[in-house]
Amino acid sequence: MTSASPREIFGATLVQLGDERPDIVVVGGDLNKSTFAHLFGHKFPERFFDLGPAEQNMMSLAAGFASSGKTVFASTFAVFATGRPYDQIRTSISQPHLDVKIVATHAGIMTGEDGVSAQGIEDLSLMCALPGFTVIVPSDAPETVQAVRAAASTYGPFYIRLGRPSIPVLHDDDYKFQIGKAEIMRDGSDATIIACGIMVKSAIDAADSLSTEGISCRVVNMATIQPADIGAIVAAAKDTGAIVTAEEHLRHGGLNSIVSQVTSELHPVPVESVSLNGYAESGKPEELLKKYGLTEADITSSVRKVIERKA
Amino acid sequence: MTNSVQTSFPDQSLSEDDLIARAIDIRKDILTMIAQGGSGHPGGSLSAVEILSSLYFKVMQHDPGDPKWSLRDKFILSKAHACPVLYVHLAHCGYFPRTELATFRKIDSRLQGHAHIKTPGVEMSGGSLGQGLSFGLGSALSARLDKKQTRVYVLLGDGECDEGQIWEAAMAATHYNVDNLVAIVDRNGIQNDTWTKDVMNLEPLPDKWRAFGWNTMEIDGHNFTEVLASLEEAKAVKGKPTAIIASTLKGKGVSFMENNPDFHGKAPNPEQLQQALSELDNLK
Repeated sequence: MTSASPREIFGATLVQLGDERPDIVVVGGDLNKSTFAHLFGHKFPERFFDLGPAEQNMMSLAAGFASSGKTVFASTFAVFATGRPYDQIRTSISQPHLDVKIVATHAGIMTGEDGVSAQGIEDLSLMCALPGFTVIVPSDAPETVQAVRAAASTYGPFYIRLGRPSIPVLHDDDYKFQIGKAEIMRDGSDATIIACGIMVKSAIDAADSLSTEGISCRVVNMATIQPADIGAIVAAAKDTGAIVTAEEHLRHGGLNSIVSQVTSELHPVPVESVSLNGYAESGKPEELLKKYGLTEADITSSVRKVIERKA
Repeated sequence: MTNSVQTSFPDQSLSEDDLIARAIDIRKDILTMIAQGGSGHPGGSLSAVEILSSLYFKVMQHDPGDPKWSLRDKFILSKAHACPVLYVHLAHCGYFPRTELATFRKIDSRLQGHAHIKTPGVEMSGGSLGQGLSFGLGSALSARLDKKQTRVYVLLGDGECDEGQIWEAAMAATHYNVDNLVAIVDRNGIQNDTWTKDVMNLEPLPDKWRAFGWNTMEIDGHNFTEVLASLEEAKAVKGKPTAIIASTLKGKGVSFMENNPDFHGKAPNPEQLQQALSELDNLK
């Protein structure tokens, strides 16, 4: 299986969009070589603004551009793209519902050795709290391309969450991403694993492994967290009677919260969560995934547990 | 590109005497709407009347019949709690009927308690201090990118200059050499809790703006001649933005509100309103 870097492909996609759309402006915060937004800056220097590590100014300035008719991409690391300028996002972008696309890289715990301050694990909770914000967590590079393009062509505020590492490519060229539509990666009848981001690959691996034990799992890629695909969640509950959510994020406020809210209201079934319960620490990304319970093995054990709860 | 389209403003027929007379009516409308709303911020609205009247009637190109006209100059109210002074000017320009001022802060109104873009003519949703200069800078850079000759004016509170984001934007504005951006500081010396000198010393405030590379002027913010001259002078400055530190009186025009921290964010009661209106009428 080949791997590709979502943030690299994001940078390349921005350049293509810059060619197609003279109304696109990009702002960044002194991390542009890491977010790959610098590629846009090289090609379109007059439409690229590095504001330095001053994210509050960056977000309100993006709003000023958007209110003047531009489609603005604002890109930096997840921790600096959400928590630091949250009030600016809320007041300057979300409440007036402006056309600003926040593309955050280095989300989750895969930043590893940099430690807890660099590990953006609250961002989905923060961004899903904003009414009208579309929140997308692509599962691989091809889905990133389509999500970025969909955001560019759809008016309104977006948050797109990308990680640091290169990750396996799950989608081929025929894949058609749709905002707010979940994707059934494989079907099954005993339980459904609903995952986003890097956990989609782990969910597929877990389903493969469980199938050898005779456990049949549906795997759903819930790339759009907000607005979530309520129909897909209810169908999973009705068809399989049990759900495991898997996300590289705190348990609170992200995918698990949304799935639990939808099932409790529309079709209650047992739900288990594979997620973080608190802050992690410095370490190699793979070590962190293992220590903090975000591996394929954690998903398989949660599936077994949720199936037991069905009875 | 030139702004050749006919617009309603600026209104060249208005004299300074006309502006002075109109400012009395504007102050009466501000106080009346806040009293009707039952809450609001009179002090910092009254201190900014001459600044907004100069901009909306004599300086900015704008068209109330087409609030989103692409070649309009923009006014950004960063101190969005002072929205009564903005709403009254927008109403006097014709963006919406003056009768609508009576709906301020009430359910189903377009006139929210802090400026919000749902109101025709309001450019930015505010209410959390410190964001307007960044927003204005984005607007100014966008205009420059589109080769428009339009200008952006941002009104800041002096207490608002406590916000660090103001200085992030001040640094970025000179870094990008914008000269179509003007920041006006309503230097009335009072913020929410009390005097600015007691909450957080701002001085030397003009030197701070100069140190950030801004063309900086100090004026009497209630003197139309000085306000208009400074705005005109700013147009001639190339390669850098202009900061106008406008010395003003909080609560200007009403004896018991002037220089009184109590009226930063408190509506006048019916008796106080009547006294204020009659004081203003006596100025005519």
